[in-house]
Amino acid sequence: DIDGVGHKYHLELELEDVLDKDSTVNCTAEVLYHLGNKNIAPDVQFTLEGELKNTDEADNVFYNRIKSLEKELVAENIPDNYGNVSPEMEPIHLLAWVASGYVIWQNSTENTKFQLAQIKHVKQVKRSDEYLEFDYKILLHEMLTQEIIPWQMTVLWHPQHGVEVTRDSRQPKQA
Amino acid sequence: DQVLHIVPETFQQVQHLQHLCNTLLLDLWKPLLPEDIWAGEDLHIRVPAPLVQEVKDSLDQYTISYRVLIPDVQELVDQSMPRERSSHRQVPEGYVYTQYHRMEEIYQWMTQIQKSNSELVTQHYLGKTTENRTMYYLQISQPSDKIKKIIWMDCGIHAREWISPAFCQWFVKEILQNYRSDPKIRRFLQNLDLYILPVLNIDGYIYSWEKDRLWRKNRSPHMNGTCYGTDLNRNFNSSWGSIGVSYNCSSEIFCGSGPESEPETRAVAQFIKKKKSDILCYLTIHSYGQYILTPYGSTTRPPSNNEELMHVAEMAAAALMGKYGTSYKVGPTSLILYSNSGSSRDWAHMIGIPFSYTFELRDKGTHGFVLPPDQIQPTCEETM
Repeated sequence: DIDGVGHKYHLELELEDVLDKDSTVNCTAEVLYHLGNKNIAPDVQFTLEGELKNTDEADNVFYNRIKSLEKELVAENIPDNYGNVSPEMEPIHLLAWVASGYVIWQNSTENTKFQLAQIKHVKQVKRSDEYLEFDYKILLHEMLTQEIIPWQMTVLWHPQHGVEVTRDSRQPKQA
Repeated sequence: DQVLHIVPETFQQVQHLQHLCNTLLLDLWKPLLPEDIWAGEDLHIRVPAPLVQEVKDSLDQYTISYRVLIPDVQELVDQSMPRERSSHRQVPEGYVYTQYHRMEEIYQWMTQIQKSNSELVTQHYLGKTTENRTMYYLQISQPSDKIKKIIWMDCGIHAREWISPAFCQWFVKEILQNYRSDPKIRRFLQNLDLYILPVLNIDGYIYSWEKDRLWRKNRSPHMNGTCYGTDLNRNFNSSWGSIGVSYNCSSEIFCGSGPESEPETRAVAQFIKKKKSDILCYLTIHSYGQYILTPYGSTTRPPSNNEELMHVAEMAAAALMGKYGTSYKVGPTSLILYSNSGSSRDWAHMIGIPFSYTFELRDKGTHGFVLPPDQIQPTCEETM
């Protein structure tokens, strides 16, 4: 408890590679939830105790595959209703996961617990530069209210420059 | 029917393929529309059986090379989803427990299970849902003179948690399949009866198959049909409406117009109340999160037999982890998850059932409610 500022949490985490369960990295972090104004994202400071795996090869394969498509990529329902993700869509799914992490962070309070539930729709946006751009419509699941919240996010990615969410907005729930 | 893989090389080939698709009304799997066919891009077309030769001849005529991607579409469909009409699929030996099934199939499965295991299994009427569907439970009971204590397990109280009904079906299969060969199961059934409700929220489950995969509540109409659904796990008479709920129908945790306002809740509650002096354990299966939750959600005050409840749950979690290393957290909902009132598990304990647990099955959010079918087997095996 920090008077007049907010609540600070000190965390010791173990990060596990989603694609390789045996690969883990320890991490310490400090999260500060601000008092009062719930519209400010919590402050996060972290230190990785080790290195993250190098993904250059897979990144480049994916990058080149998308770059060589004649038509912009479009897809829906990832995973599908049965939980399946096709191998070609796996990187699109992972990218959404990373990007949704940013959206979740920006919208988290001490009383929320968000998860990405599903990608409803993804559309690649043509760009003249080297970046890949995707317009995602995702569904976030919030644990406390059990709500499914539609969200739009525009995601930029480049193998050397990483992920950036350039625009995101909560969408109205469909009737 | 076959699916052909073609990569057109020239614009003329593209034109011919578009013509073929349009005149024969072929089913384009990739891309979706003939106008999206491009030279150098993958084309997948499903060709109905009677047209296969004609299409292949036409491709040969235009020297368009092709490869057969799927030689028999029906075979693939049958493998992934049993056909409803096919009679031999209804025999439990043919029932695929590693796939998700729609409600009609589950109804048929219950009938079949009773038929092929009539010495142990009886199907019973429990009540009706909001949309007037019949709720059945299965009783697995070894014939005997003595009155046995009961373990009750219900699945599918929340529509989108598909792994839950899948687990109930798996559980029944495991018990029945191994009853003769496994002395542990035989001893178990000598002293206990099992009552299994494979799908509690039938209307919601069907809705999640047909309309909205992530639906949670039941389908009771409110506000003149402008809003649907009560969260059945907030609708029981355990500190109903006090915490962790919404009084607004549009919320996923809407607790209903009053305790036991929903027919599904009443059907379960009435039955359990009637049998409560013989019920030793109440289990309710959910997803996701990987928890074994003990009472209460509505208060942090521990239940009277908290130590014993925790001890048993911890042993269960350890046994579960022993199978595939999956870790489950154990504890009272109000302490390790969130506060909620009106849950069936709290209610069962409050009316006197000593062991009352909510299981939240795999996973921890990676797939969440949309758990892929290849995880059905390991999830069910470890939970057994």
